[in-house]
Amino acid sequence: MNSATTENPADWKLPSARKFGILTLILAESALFTIFVVAYLFYMGKSLNGPYPSEVLEFPLLGTLALFSSSGTIFMAERCLLAGNKPGFSLWWGITTALGIYFLYFTGAEWHHLIFEKNLLISTNTFGTTFYSLVGLHAFHVIVGVLLLLGILISSLRGRLHSDHTEHVEAISYYWHFVDCIWIVVLTVVYFLSVRVQP
Amino acid sequence: MAQEIIIEENYRMPAPVHVGDEKGSLTRVIQQLVFTVDHKKLGLMYIAAGLLFFVIAGLLAGLIRMQLAFPNNHFLPPDVYNQSFTMHGTTMIFLVGMPMAFGFANYLVPLMIGARDMAFPRLNAFGFWVFFFSGLLLYFSYVGAPGLYAAGSAPDVGWFAYSPLTTKAFSRGHSTDYWTLSLLLGGIGSVATALNILVTVFCMRCPGMTLGRLPIFVWCMVVLSFLVILALPCLSACQIMISLDRYLGAKFFDTQAGGDAVLWQHFFWIFGHPEVYILIMPAFAITSEVIPVFSRKPIFGYPVMVAAVVAIAFISLGVWAHHMFCVGMVSLANAFFVTSTLLVSIPTGIKIFNWLATMYGGKLRFELPLIFCIAFLFQFLIAGLTGVMLAVAPFDWQLSDSYFVVAHFHYILIGGLLFTIFAGIYYWYPKAFGKLPNHKLGLWHFWLFAIGFHITFLPQHFLGFLGMPRRIYTYQSDRGWDEMNLLSTIGVAIQSAGILFFVYNLIYSYFWGKKSGDDPWDAWTLEWATTSPPPEYNFAKLPLVKSRRPLWDAKHPEDPDWKHE
Repeated sequence: MNSATTENPADWKLPSARKFGILTLILAESALFTIFVVAYLFYMGKSLNGPYPSEVLEFPLLGTLALFSSSGTIFMAERCLLAGNKPGFSLWWGITTALGIYFLYFTGAEWHHLIFEKNLLISTNTFGTTFYSLVGLHAFHVIVGVLLLLGILISSLRGRLHSDHTEHVEAISYYWHFVDCIWIVVLTVVYFLSVRVQP
Repeated sequence: MAQEIIIEENYRMPAPVHVGDEKGSLTRVIQQLVFTVDHKKLGLMYIAAGLLFFVIAGLLAGLIRMQLAFPNNHFLPPDVYNQSFTMHGTTMIFLVGMPMAFGFANYLVPLMIGARDMAFPRLNAFGFWVFFFSGLLLYFSYVGAPGLYAAGSAPDVGWFAYSPLTTKAFSRGHSTDYWTLSLLLGGIGSVATALNILVTVFCMRCPGMTLGRLPIFVWCMVVLSFLVILALPCLSACQIMISLDRYLGAKFFDTQAGGDAVLWQHFFWIFGHPEVYILIMPAFAITSEVIPVFSRKPIFGYPVMVAAVVAIAFISLGVWAHHMFCVGMVSLANAFFVTSTLLVSIPTGIKIFNWLATMYGGKLRFELPLIFCIAFLFQFLIAGLTGVMLAVAPFDWQLSDSYFVVAHFHYILIGGLLFTIFAGIYYWYPKAFGKLPNHKLGLWHFWLFAIGFHITFLPQHFLGFLGMPRRIYTYQSDRGWDEMNLLSTIGVAIQSAGILFFVYNLIYSYFWGKKSGDDPWDAWTLEWATTSPPPEYNFAKLPLVKSRRPLWDAKHPEDPDWKHE
């Protein structure tokens, strides 16, 4: 540490508490997801009875597209906010929220299909147990994310969002990117790996 | 006319007295406790709640020891005995050890880094109350689980709740659910508080307080918080999995349907072993502050001490399966976990030698905090040596789940953690209340507790060698265990007498203790730079730090530390 900068209180700079806080939360959430991912990998190909992943899982193309593109739209929204373009912010932020809601709808439709047509329940076999717990945990995080997005969207539409809220918005976008990253892991483990494992 | 008079009477009614407005009234005090977001009040509340649960869990330990005092004893019914050791373990770990650590961190970290409060004061209050209610939820199981009509319904599956004992078939009713939900709730509170501590340290330090100048106490609390952030979510995942198994028929640990009971052990100990280091961190933290101040020397090898703590935490993430040698892992896994566990002893040894080197040649002042810390050094050494023994897989096969293990971890958690908690309470008591703790009462406390502690737990090493398994309800008289079990129980009575002196000392010194002044120990860290007790805003003017001992610099302008560092 350069002593010249530390001895002058005016030069004393520390990271923002909100950003550091949300990154720490993301670290904790990663640990939580790790256990469920490990459980999924551990039980992969070990179900005693069907249905097996290769029989029932279809690649969730539209949901994935929605979630991945929402990371881009939230980035555009942030750029608008920094540039002071409030209508642009509301528009991009609204699209992000809609994409998040669409992802939830997509997951709900997938689960409906699996439960009522493929007879895969959480209690059917270890595949059902680990699939619903891992994908469900991720969907739960998307729900929380969508609620946060909605909160910002409502205050933005009511004109309550100001330039000193950029850190709040940034923290929420970190969380949303994290939810997106987790989906990459879930996608790899559930929809790429496990459908290739023969029972 | 009559109407007018009534109106006038109404008008003259005195303003309603708000409940809780009277100064010093009970409602006012409760209101302040519930509403407060001040890190110092919350810190003291953490410590007070920890002491409360400590007394409860201590009483449970007393029941366990009374049951085991004589062979073929039936002092407790067997099911109550199982509940007692489960509740004792769960309480001591989650409702005593961690809240104590958080209490000290809450009170001291902002003061030591020259901040006015934690980074997120309301999150801090949230963390405390979630922890406190998780404790109440756990204890509500005594009356709540299947209801009062089937009394005696606390969790009885042991503190690590091995599967498949927790499945619906073997654990009927709701006792296990109380355990699960309480720990899930407590985990949320712990993560919240740990996050708060980390953000406070990294984003709230006063000018000049670089990471290289942090008191080692703060470093230990940072490491502790990182471990909480990484480990506690694993426990939460475990609790979610048990709940899914029990309520939705999931198959995580259902061995009949392809589930794996050993997976639970792995998941639990991935949390459980870092947890052990979470619990010993406050001991490192407090000792590293007390020993320099009472030896009148700066800490020996500051960078190495910090590196050692970080190394211990890092290695502790990869040693979990040394709790599972008996489960029958492949020998490569055994070899890995033996090696990684033995590695922990290197940084731990460095710490012990550095504490000794700090004392060597120092002008020792045998005040209560130093006395407790010296006892800690001896006892922690014994605990570490038995730990090294248990880390060797063949030795562990012989003594796993015996009283040797019980003795080992009680030497760590009582001989290590609790002794330094006492040291910390005596050291910072003047800070919190402006009164000195009574030295004579403290000595009674020390000698009774230390003697009682060794009488209780030293014989348990030998009971383990003689083959006494842990958690057994009772035993035959022909095993050669009688005398040592009786001795162990007598030791508990002596420890309890020590605790009585401790509690009496806290109350006595609060009302009749000598006034301490702001800085009774002539210390060096920033918490002593403000008044004792500190004002709500801690520092009227943010301090400027130039070295690791800012208060020394202020007291000795002719020879400040920053000229030498």
